[in-house]
Formats: sequence, C-alpha cells, structure tokens
Amino acid sequence: MKVSTNDAVRSDLFVKKTDRSWRALLVIVVGLCVLVISMAFSLTQGVVQMPLSAAWDALMHFTPGSMQHLIIQDLRLPRVLASALVGAALAVAGAVMQGITQNPMADSGLMGLNAGASFMLSLCFAFVPGLSYSYIILYSFLGASISAGMVYGISSLQRGGATPMRLVLAGIAVSALLAAIGHGIAIYFGVAQDIAFWTAGGVAGTTWQQLRILFPCIVVTLFAAILLSRSISLLSLGEEIAQGLGLRVNSVKFAAALVVLVLAGASVSVVGPVGLVGLIIPHIARYLVGVDYRWIIPSSAVLGSLLLVLADLGARMLNPLHETPIGAIIALIGVPFFLYLARKQRREA
Amino acid sequence: MGSTGQQKKKKSSKFIAVLLVLGILLVLSIIFSMKSGYTHLTFHDLLRILLGGGSDKENLVLFTFRMPRIIIAMLVGAGLALSGCIIQGIARNALADPGLLGINAGAGLMVVLFVLLFPTKTALSVFTLPFLALIGAGVAAVLIYLLAYKNLEGLSPLRLILTGVGMQVGISAAMIVLVILLDESQFNFVTVWQAGRIWGASWKFVIALLPWLLVLVPYVFFKARVLDVLGVGEEIAWGLGVSVERERRMLLAAAVALAASCVAVSGNISFVGLIAPHLARRLVGLGHQILLPCCALTGALLVSISDILARTLVQPSEIPTGIVVAVVGAPYFLYLLAKSGR
Repeated sequence: MKVSTNDAVRSDLFVKKTDRSWRALLVIVVGLCVLVISMAFSLTQGVVQMPLSAAWDALMHFTPGSMQHLIIQDLRLPRVLASALVGAALAVAGAVMQGITQNPMADSGLMGLNAGASFMLSLCFAFVPGLSYSYIILYSFLGASISAGMVYGISSLQRGGATPMRLVLAGIAVSALLAAIGHGIAIYFGVAQDIAFWTAGGVAGTTWQQLRILFPCIVVTLFAAILLSRSISLLSLGEEIAQGLGLRVNSVKFAAALVVLVLAGASVSVVGPVGLVGLIIPHIARYLVGVDYRWIIPSSAVLGSLLLVLADLGARMLNPLHETPIGAIIALIGVPFFLYLARKQRREA
Repeated sequence: MGSTGQQKKKKSSKFIAVLLVLGILLVLSIIFSMKSGYTHLTFHDLLRILLGGGSDKENLVLFTFRMPRIIIAMLVGAGLALSGCIIQGIARNALADPGLLGINAGAGLMVVLFVLLFPTKTALSVFTLPFLALIGAGVAAVLIYLLAYKNLEGLSPLRLILTGVGMQVGISAAMIVLVILLDESQFNFVTVWQAGRIWGASWKFVIALLPWLLVLVPYVFFKARVLDVLGVGEEIAWGLGVSVERERRMLLAAAVALAASCVAVSGNISFVGLIAPHLARRLVGLGHQILLPCCALTGALLVSISDILARTLVQPSEIPTGIVVAVVGAPYFLYLLAKSGR
C-alpha cells in the first residue's frame, strides 16, 4: 500500500501537475456553488417552511417584528453557518492527520480526539457549572490533546509504529476509558441529561455568541492548514524523503498536530462527538483531486462543509418534530465507507 | 505439547493450585458482595441470615436483591470470558473480544427494538430477550464474517477487527435514531442497559440465563482440543484432520450465543472477554482444556469484583458495573496493545 501510494504521489507531484490543478480548481469552485445553494435551501426548510425570498429578505432587510425573519436570523442562520464551519474543520483535521501519519484510517473520532473533548465537557459541566463558552472550547482542546497524545503515544510505542490497526484499537480503548469515566462523573453529579442535551442537539442550539468565538478560531486554523499543505504533501511521501528534501519534519508535525487539535476540539464543543467525517471526506477529495495536499486540504474543507450542511438538513427533515442526531446520519453514510476501506486493507498493513 | 510425564504432572498440579486459588477468591468475593451495599451486614449477621434467622427485611435484602445479582454477575463474567477466549482462539488475535467485534452492539440493537415494540415487561419477555439478543448478535456476526471473508485470503484478523469496529459504529448510530422514538421510561431503561448495569437482578433472570450456559459451556469445554488445533494454524489443522471452516463456524456460533445471552441480562459490558483470557493465559498457559475453565473463573471474579465496586464506591447512588469494568479494562487493553509485538 505504502509503496504504491508513494509512487502515485511522486508522479502526481512532479508530472501531471497542471492537469490536476485544473481539475482540483473545478472541484472547489463547483463544490462552493453547491454549498451556497444548499445553505440557502437549508435556511428555508424546517418545521416552518418558507420561500427563498423570505430568507433573502431576512438577511438583507431584517424587520425585527417578523416571525419568519426571527426564525431565519436567530435559529437557522447560526445553525447553517455552524454546520458549514464544523464540516470544514472535521474534514481538514482528518486530511491533515492522514497526511502526517501516512495512515488511511486516521480520523478525529477513531483516534479518540472526540472522546477526549467530550470527556472534558462532562468535567466542565460537573465541576464548573455555568462556565463561559470560550472556556468550554479551551477545555475541549485540552481534552482532545490529552486523548490524542494517549492514542498516538500508545500506538507508536512498539517497533512497528502506529499501524492503522494499532491506531484504531488504541482509539477505541482510550475512547471507551474516557467515555466510561465521563459517564460515571456525569451520573454521580447528575449532569448526564445536560450533557446528552448538549451533544445530541447537534448544531441545532448554536447561538451567535458561540459563532463569534468559533468563526475566527476555525477560519484561522483552516488557513494555517492551507499554509502547511505543501509540507504535509512532502511528509506524506515518507519521513526520510521529506527530510531529504529539506523539510523540518518535527516542527511541521507539531504545527499540524496543533491544527488538528484546535479543529477537532472546536467541532466537538459545538456538535458533540461526530465521527467519520474526517475519514470519508479526505478519501473522496483524494479520489477527485489526486494526492497533493495543497488541493486536498481546500477541497476537503468545501466537501466537508457540504456534507455537514446536507446532514443537518437531513436531521431536520427526516422527522420534523424530532431532531435526528447529526452524528447518527453521518455514521449511516460513513460506516459503509469505513467497511469498504477495512476490506481494502492488506493483511499486515 | 511434547512434554514428559513429569512436566505434565507439574503442570496439572499447578493448574489445580490456580483453580483452587481462583475458587477461594471467588467465594471470598461472594461473601464480601453479600455483606456490602446500601444496608451493610456484618459477617455475623450474614451467617445468621443464611442459616434462616434473619428478619423479613434482611431476608428480602439478601435473598431477593443481592443473591440473584451476585449469581448473575458471576455467570455473565464467565460467559463473556469464555466467548472472548473462543473468539481470540479463532481469530488468532489476542486483541479480539465480542464487544470489539460488534456482537454486543448487535444484541443491544435487538434489545432496543424489543423495548420499543413491547413496552410492558411481562414474565414472558424475560425469557424471550436472550433469544432476541441472540438473533441480533447472530446477524451482526454473520455480516462481519461475510464482510471480512475474502475468497483467496480467508479471514484476516486485521479485517475481522476493523469490520467489527465499523459494524459497532453503524449499529450505535442506528440505535441513536431508534432511541429518539422511546418515551422517557424506555429511554432510561436503554441508557442504563447501554452503560452495563446488571439490571435483571431477580431469580427470574438467573433462570433465563442459566440454561444457555448449561448447554453452551460444556460444548465449549468439549471442543477445547479443536481450539488448540485451530490456534496452530490452518494448514496444520487440515493436516490433523480438522475441517477448519466448519469447526470455526460452530465455535463462532457458540461464542456469539454466549455473549448474546449474557449481554441480554447484564447490559453492554465490554472488555471482560478481552482481559479474562489474557489473565488466564498468564496463569496457566495456552492449552485450552485448562485455559477455558480458568478463564471462566477469572471472568466471574472480574465481574463480581467490579459489581461490588459499582455498588459501594459512590453510595447511595450506584455506578453501572460496565463502567467499572471499562475503567479497569481499557488501561489493561492499552497496555496489551503497547506490548504486543506487531
């Protein structure tokens, strides 16, 4: 697997460059158009349906007295924006992880980052009730980094290094441990319901206040990821090669890890532990635009946004009176994909 | 294997010693478990109640609440441990476990469906639940087997585990969708089941669980040699005249049935099937004839100790037993993962 990918990367990086760039640009532009259309459509759908013109009016000529305008401005717009942001964040986190670990199974959910972040959430709820949102985000970064450190550290202790199997197993065990402790604490302090409410709601309860913190946080980190993308491409060739080409491997890895932690932590603090976005999207992006991370990362961002906006739309429309958790919808799409990847794995990969 | 008579003798005496020690520990844990809980009983009280001299209230606490729960904890521990031991033997992978392979999740999905469709828990339902769990677990297991099986390469352990993980994620997602449809009391039941609290703490459940174990456990012990042979490798097993694929399927079916019937009563307790075989292997080595009984005892001990902790750590409330098992089990699993060679 490794050898063949490396060859593909090499030929892709140095031979068919222009051809691939046009294709990638096309994917991004078309993706953005579809994204904007589905976001607009998403504004009009829900328990109260309204024409597109009403949504347009609500954005452009907001009248405080209008019920429709209030629904759009206060409920749906933050929600749609949050799902777009979180989708981009999760997908890019997955892409960066897959690039630096050269591991096709890397994903923030499978690697225990989500569990770490939500573990910290339950600690916050139990011990410091009424904590402000910016602190909650900070703590979920902290939780994500603790669990990521545990998973990666444990799975790369042995000589074989962090193989896909080891990463997945370590991710499961760390998730199970943190989930169990978090669950115990939640039951003991009687905050289980608050947490369930927080995480199961998906993007439904997002407020403008949350968005004000999230938006700069995620956008800045996404730009950082794009700046790093060339180095990540080189790293995905293998560490020796990257070093040979003059890359400072360790500092790139550190920066990339920081990017992943911020993106995963911020996402969990909004939607709760949604897995598999970071697994599926980079694979699709790679299929569409080739193996150069300078294209994979931006197109993952666009496609991830699109996936989450559509999943959120599905969450509202499947059963209009209840919210279907967005994580469940994504898992129903993502699991067959995961099974396909598992089937493709070689014996000892 | 190839050991001289003297070594064999030494081995069997060591085996008897291990079994004895485990047995004594188990009895101690039973006594301690009977004593502890919301109403604490002294050793003296316990003796008096057991001999028939207890007050009505004491009799109620001991015979109606604690005893069935202790027995269920032990049976479930033994059943899950055996199931894990078989699966590890078949997959030839030391990190396999019924929970990890999505079998518990399959059983859980059926439990949720059952709660959804038949809200009233009648006496009949107690006995149908293991069957339903078995169907769910069986379907999950067959799917995993089919998805992980490739014509030329057979059943690779890596694919088996990754497929199981995928299946588990998928089933939990389906479960979340279903859980929304439940009303509040059903929802509470399912959450508690998920966390692995031994919920059916009454004699009815002991009677519902026992026949399964009485049939399956002897069968598994009877097949110990086959497990040994399967562990040596497929070619050699063929050479020794074992029809590999058929035996594998039969044993897998037994493992699924064990896990499903236990999970139906105890809720989602994971990691026992993983850890108990490891501890047992450390104590008595690889031969399944000795390993299986030792494994059953270790599993019973693990769950019964976890259950004591679950009941006593945060009185007057109670942690689900599955959480205690996970808090102990997950670090041990990580330790195994860090240590394992590949």
